[in-house]
Parts: sequence; structure tokens; C-alpha cells
Amino acid sequence: MDIDPLIGCLLSTACIVTHATSGLIIGLLLFLVAVGLTLIFGVLKIVNFAHGAFYMLGAYFALTIVQFTDSYLLAILGAAAGTAAVGLVFERLFISQVYGRNVLMQLLVCYAFVLIFDDLVRIIWGSEFRSMGMPELFQGPPFFVAGGVVPQFYLFLIVVTLAIAAALGLALARSWLGKTVRAAAINPGMVSALGINTELLYGLVFALGGLLAGLAGALAAPVRSLTPGMGFSVLIESFIVTVIGGMGSILGALVGAILIGLIRSFGSLGFPLFTDGLMYLFMIVILVVKPTGLFGKPVT
Amino acid sequence: MSKRSHRFDIVVGLAAFAAMAVAPAVTSNQALFDLVIRGSALALFATSLNLLIGYAGMVSFGHGMFFGLGAYGFGLIMQRTSMPIPLALLASLALAAAVAIVVGAICVRLKDIYFAFVTLAFQMLLYSLITSWVSFTGGDQGLRGGIPRPVFFGIDLAKYTHLYLFSSALLIIGLLAMRHIAESPFGYSLRVIRDNAVRASFLGINVWRMKLAVFVIAGTFAALGGAVMSLFVSGAYPEFANWPMSGEAVFMIMLGGLGVFLGPLVGTVLLLLLNDVITRFTEYYGLALGLVILLFTLGLRKGLLDFAVDLVRRRATAHGALPTEVAHE
Repeated sequence: MDIDPLIGCLLSTACIVTHATSGLIIGLLLFLVAVGLTLIFGVLKIVNFAHGAFYMLGAYFALTIVQFTDSYLLAILGAAAGTAAVGLVFERLFISQVYGRNVLMQLLVCYAFVLIFDDLVRIIWGSEFRSMGMPELFQGPPFFVAGGVVPQFYLFLIVVTLAIAAALGLALARSWLGKTVRAAAINPGMVSALGINTELLYGLVFALGGLLAGLAGALAAPVRSLTPGMGFSVLIESFIVTVIGGMGSILGALVGAILIGLIRSFGSLGFPLFTDGLMYLFMIVILVVKPTGLFGKPVT
Repeated sequence: MSKRSHRFDIVVGLAAFAAMAVAPAVTSNQALFDLVIRGSALALFATSLNLLIGYAGMVSFGHGMFFGLGAYGFGLIMQRTSMPIPLALLASLALAAAVAIVVGAICVRLKDIYFAFVTLAFQMLLYSLITSWVSFTGGDQGLRGGIPRPVFFGIDLAKYTHLYLFSSALLIIGLLAMRHIAESPFGYSLRVIRDNAVRASFLGINVWRMKLAVFVIAGTFAALGGAVMSLFVSGAYPEFANWPMSGEAVFMIMLGGLGVFLGPLVGTVLLLLLNDVITRFTEYYGLALGLVILLFTLGLRKGLLDFAVDLVRRRATAHGALPTEVAHE
């Protein structure tokens, strides 16, 4: 472990810009996964341990669609729709059976699906690393900001993910569905008594979570290599994000995700092999200092 | 627990050990002995996790951390010092216990899914330490070069039969010790905490301290399992501390049954046999295992021994007899 490259980088604006951008990318993609996790937990009171699988499926769906249609835009939309459908079916058929049962059963059912999805991907797409390649649209020269390199695709990612985050926040705060979802998170019995089909609502929330994670996978596909099992590390990271930001808080997920992204990006300079470890350490520190997370409300 | 049933446990343990000890005279089936040694390591691991999950209601998803710690701790001590095996074993357990105190102090306040994931995060922290600290742990390659086995008290673990008997003995001793703990007043306090933590604290039980104590005890026994495993494979691998290890342990408990002390042991044996069958027929191990897990969680909805105990109980009540105390839960 050598701290010099990190210090060297912090002394140059160009390097700071480059790494801050890549940290932001990691963080914003992570946010899309984590926000689904946090929404599902908030409403269904279940931690979807198989959430990383949606991210993985999104990436592979996008890969296949690009191969057939050559259109990255179609790939993003198709992957999001596909994972939303998988999420809906998964919730209706399996997760709905473990509501209210103990954590152990919920964990095990999800664990089973982590194993199953990983192997299904292995069967369909093979176990070797796959890569999608940069879509033609974004192959132009990168931008330079204060001497730092910002690829076009990164800018696209930042704009898209921030737009999604804003739309999501607005929809939850203002729209009828958003209000219903928030109400169901607080008192599902009352929501149901008011004549709202909560089962359908649960399915929708799960589908939305799947959609967001699949979107993240599709957006990450051009800059990551695809491999069965790629979902697990993302799952762990998004869980760390939700713990840091506070379970159930969307703003918390955003802040937590960006913090983790920056830690990963800058940490890889000073501690290339221990970047994961830095993340866990950061989470542990937060937990000790503020157990409910940065934006979490105290658990009663 | 009464003195009588305690004595009964010891008799059962001795009988089991006797049966295991005569096995080499009857058969020379290597696969069977391999199964017993691996099974001993994993059963100690799974049973220790059940102290947390089944008795105290603390669903840890990072228990593999202590299994890995036991394996690496023991392996490293044997490779780098000249400690005799029993001492090295105790030292590796002490190391695991010390880590468990620190981790537990942070984790045991957390509830349910938070507890599960934060223990998992600690496990992944250990895992990334193991894979990144190459000069000390061997990184991805694992701890190689073999683990020396100096003879102690006439026991030579380089001999296969000795290793087999030694693992069996550790399994029996470990199970008896955990059984004793589970049936002690401490064990019953844990059940109260599991069923109603608020009531427990009103009854004057210091919930936090009890939970921390069982967390440390469970971690220590898991490390014993890890040490046995490192003796068996003569090394230690990062997989021992990786998350699927914890997932499998949770499943072994579920498979055998949470509510019966020997459930995790049965689950371990079942899973090992299942592994054998699955890998013989398909390379898609995860798919097959996942389907089996679904069958148990959504189909049977309980472990095999739990299922059997319920069946016996139902029979007994159906015949008008009073439900006898079949299980202690």
C-alpha cells in the first residue's frame, strides 16, 4: 500500500477531475441499484438479497439487444423493461410467499435465486467475461475539464442518472402513486382498507426496483466487463450505501452512493487491493457514530 | 438441565465416538472418512451458527468470517511458529474470540436484517484483507506450502486414521460443549431473548451482554471448525471466508432443522451428500442447489428434523397421549 500516488493526485486538479468523475459514475450507477433496494425495503419490509441479479440481467439483456439491433438506446429501454418484468414475476411468485415470515426464510429464498440467476446467465451467455464495447454515439473525443479527462459517455451517464433521480424524487413526493407508495410504507393496513390493491402495489414497487437496477446494469455495460456473479459485489455495495445513507431514505441513498463512488475511485489510487476494505471500514465508522445512517430516522 | 440428561448426552457422545472409532476396522472406504472429516469441520461451523440463529434468534450472515479466521489463524500459527498443535488450536480460538468481541460489540445492538448484513460486511472486510495481504496470507492462492503436523501425545496427524479420529473427537467434544451451553440457564435466557427481548430485559436479563456472549461463543466454535478444515486440506483458502460459506451454513441449518440441537449436523451431512450427487450429474451446481433450497423454504417450509419432530408430536396428540417433551423448543 502506497499513499504517494493518492497525495500526488490530490495535488493536481486534472487528476482530481478525472477521478472525481469516475467516482461520480460509480456512485450514480450504484444509486440506481441502491434506491430500488431501499424502496423495496421501505414498502415491503424485505431486503431483496437477489437485487444484484437484476443489475446483472440488465447488463446481459442490453448486451444481447445491442448485438441484434445495434441500438444502445433500444438496449437500455429493453433491459429496463425486461428486468421490470422479471422483478414483477419474482415478487408475485416467490417473494410474496415469505412476507411476514422470518428473516431467515427471506434470506434463503433470495440466496437461492442469487445462485439460480448466476447459473442461468452462465447457461445462456457462458461463464467467460463479455464486454459490450462503447456505443458508436459516444466514441467521439472526450471533454477536458481543468485538464482532467471526461469521456462523452460519462457525461451522458451523469445526466441520465441525475435525471432519473430527480424524476423519482419528484414522483414519490408529488404523484398519486408516489403518495400511495409512501403511505403503504407507513401503514399498509390502512392503505388497503382505503380500497387500494396493496398486492398490486407491492408488485409494482418490486418491478420498479428491478427496472432501476436493470437500467443501472444496461448503463454500466459499456464500461464494465460482464460476468456471472457481477451482481453480488454491486448488491453488497448498495447495501452499504443504504446503511450509510439510512434505510428507506432516497436522498440518503444518493449521498451514500456518491460517497462510496468517491471512496472507490480515490481509494484505488492509494490502496488498490484494499478498496473494498475501505468501503467496509467507512460503513462501520458510520454505524458506530450514527447507527441509523446519515439521513435515516431512528428505528422504533 | 437436569444432571441425568446431561449424563445421557455424554453417553450418546461416547457411543457415537466409539462407533466412529471402530469404523476403520470395518471398512476402508476413503470417501466415508473424507466425509466424516469435512463433515466434522462443517458441522461444528453450522451448529455454532445455530446457537445464534436457532437459540438466540440472531440471523448472522457473516459467520463464515470465523470459520475463515480459524482456518487462517491455525494455519498461520502452525507455519510461522513452532507451537504444538493443541496450543496452536487454542491460540487460534482465542484469536477468533477476540475478533468476535470487537465485531459483536458493534453488531449485536442491530436488529434482524441490519444484523445480518453488517455481519456480512465484516466478513467481506476480512475477505478483502485476506485477498489483499498477499505477503502474509498468500492472497487469492490461499495459504500454501502445507501445514506442519508435529506429533503430540503420540498423535500423528500426518497419519490419515489419526486425523480422522482427531476430527471425530473434536466434533463430539464441540457438540457436547455446545449442547451443554444450549441447555444451561444461559441457553434458556437466549431463548427468552429470541422470543421477547423486551420481556427478557424486564426480567433483569442484560440482553446486550447475553447476545455478545453467544456471539463470541459461536464465533469460537466456528473457528474450531475452520481449524479442522485447514488440517484436512492442509492449507487455507479465501473461499473459507467468502460469503457463500455463510450462505451454505445458513442453509445447512435450515435443511436439517433449527429447532433440534442435532439439526445442523443432519443438515451438514445432507448438504455434503447432495453436493456429491449434484456435482456428479451437472456442472450447474448453483442452479441445482438453488432449486433444492426453494423446495425446502417454500415447499416443506422447515428442516427435516423439525418436520420429523412435528410429525411425532402430532401422532402423540392424535392418540390422546399428552405431548411429551420431544424437543426442547
